[in-house]
Amino acid sequence: MSVLRPLDKQPGLNTATILLVGTEDALLQQLADAMLKEDCASELKIHLARSLPLPSDVNRPRIDLIMFVVNLHSKYSLQNVEESLRHVDATFFLGKVGFLAMGAGQESHCSIHRNTVTKLANTYRSPLFFCDLEVRTLIAWVQGKGGQHTVGCVEKREAVGCAQARGS
Amino acid sequence: PTSCGARGNLGELKDYFIGATPLQKRLESVRKQTSFVPTPPRRKIPQCSQLQEDNDPQKVAFLLHKQWTLYSLTPLYKFSYTNLKEYASLLSAFIAAEKQKGLAVEVGEDFNIKVTFSTLLGMKGTQRDPEAFLVQILSKSQLPSENREHKVLWTGWFCCIFGDSLLETVSEDFTCVPLFLANGAETNTAIVGTWFQKTFDCYFSPLAINAFNLSWMAAMWTACKMDQYMAATEFLWSVPCSPQSLDISYAIHPEDAKALWDSVHKTPGEVTQEEVDLFMDCLYSHFHRHFKIHLSATRLVRVSTSVASAHTDGKIKVSLNKSSYVIFPYCYIVFKMYGICIFHIEEAQWNANLRQ
Repeated sequence: MSVLRPLDKQPGLNTATILLVGTEDALLQQLADAMLKEDCASELKIHLARSLPLPSDVNRPRIDLIMFVVNLHSKYSLQNVEESLRHVDATFFLGKVGFLAMGAGQESHCSIHRNTVTKLANTYRSPLFFCDLEVRTLIAWVQGKGGQHTVGCVEKREAVGCAQARGS
Repeated sequence: PTSCGARGNLGELKDYFIGATPLQKRLESVRKQTSFVPTPPRRKIPQCSQLQEDNDPQKVAFLLHKQWTLYSLTPLYKFSYTNLKEYASLLSAFIAAEKQKGLAVEVGEDFNIKVTFSTLLGMKGTQRDPEAFLVQILSKSQLPSENREHKVLWTGWFCCIFGDSLLETVSEDFTCVPLFLANGAETNTAIVGTWFQKTFDCYFSPLAINAFNLSWMAAMWTACKMDQYMAATEFLWSVPCSPQSLDISYAIHPEDAKALWDSVHKTPGEVTQEEVDLFMDCLYSHFHRHFKIHLSATRLVRVSTSVASAHTDGKIKVSLNKSSYVIFPYCYIVFKMYGICIFHIEEAQWNANLRQ
């Protein structure tokens, strides 16, 4: 049981590994499948985990990016992410962590106020994407620091895989 | 409107916004709201001296013990409070015409109906809010020998409570009464809605109450001091699973719920987000201890207390407490990025004894 550190292993040659952390297995699977279909400069590997810490007895490549997936319809998923965040080294938050708030298209089903996740992402100085896998053509937006926004369009069943979050 | 380049004169930019049209003002206010604003961490239980003065207890009484279906409504164009009688006769004629067409005939219903429009004084949050008004469809008795009593077939009322953020972005020609509550047959609601849409160029959409707001309501209604509890405090959760969703119902003795709230609540007159979360978390962990189910992973769809009940489909019902406290849910408008009105339902408590 250890804390995840960004530089404790050698990087793989031409590979990028993303870790998705979230309670909703089906959601993570859909996201991972969609991301793997995208064109990527390196070979993309995606690991899925319900929560952190990860078991230490498994041999895994160095993790380049962690995306914490919160389902806005489930307070449990937020609590799970909050607990998992404790098992990540502080240096990871220098651009290697992001948050995904799923289910943003269905306001009527939300148990969590979007400002709650915004505050969480701001606390960890990491970008946050609001998205939805059910709603067709939802404009996904990123809540950056100081109100900077990046807007992209998400079609149904496609994930916002390649994060271009930081503006100037 | 001309686009202002980044290198434009800052003075010019300022003037541009001072003379802005209502639409530009609205865009500006929406933009302000989308930059990070923390969740209102506390909500004051508003003082309603306004209500105490203007309210006619008889008029308010009819609002209680009925199930209201909520809709959000865009501003009404060229609506005037001086023309209420005219609107009543126009709507009456419209309804008669629709029923003649055979579109909405109900068995046993006679075609002699009367429509009334009246203002509801005091149903607002601040002085700036437009007056609430009420529309009723009454049936006229055909037989002259019978009492001239009119039976109320359908009731709908329009109100605006604490609508400051809306009011400043809308021009003079519009009346903002964004919350519409209806009680009665769906067909009548549809007919009235169609008439309003045609006459005032507005749009109705059903208002859903999400789990976040239902938790707030549960906490605020539990917080109400009651002399006597009529019913248990009940929650209903929907568990999404295939093939059919599962419903979990959890009933608590109202005094236990109040005791739990009192142990969580710190500041009098205010309710904070932390208190609401803690209140709900206590219920969730108690349930988990017994049943090993995480209710926080499910969706809260209904909350029912002795004071009032609300369902996620946008239905609320307020019960009258025979003792001194009369509680009524209030509505507070928040503008969202897509221009859809979403309401936070806040609740106010006033002591009827103070009116004496």
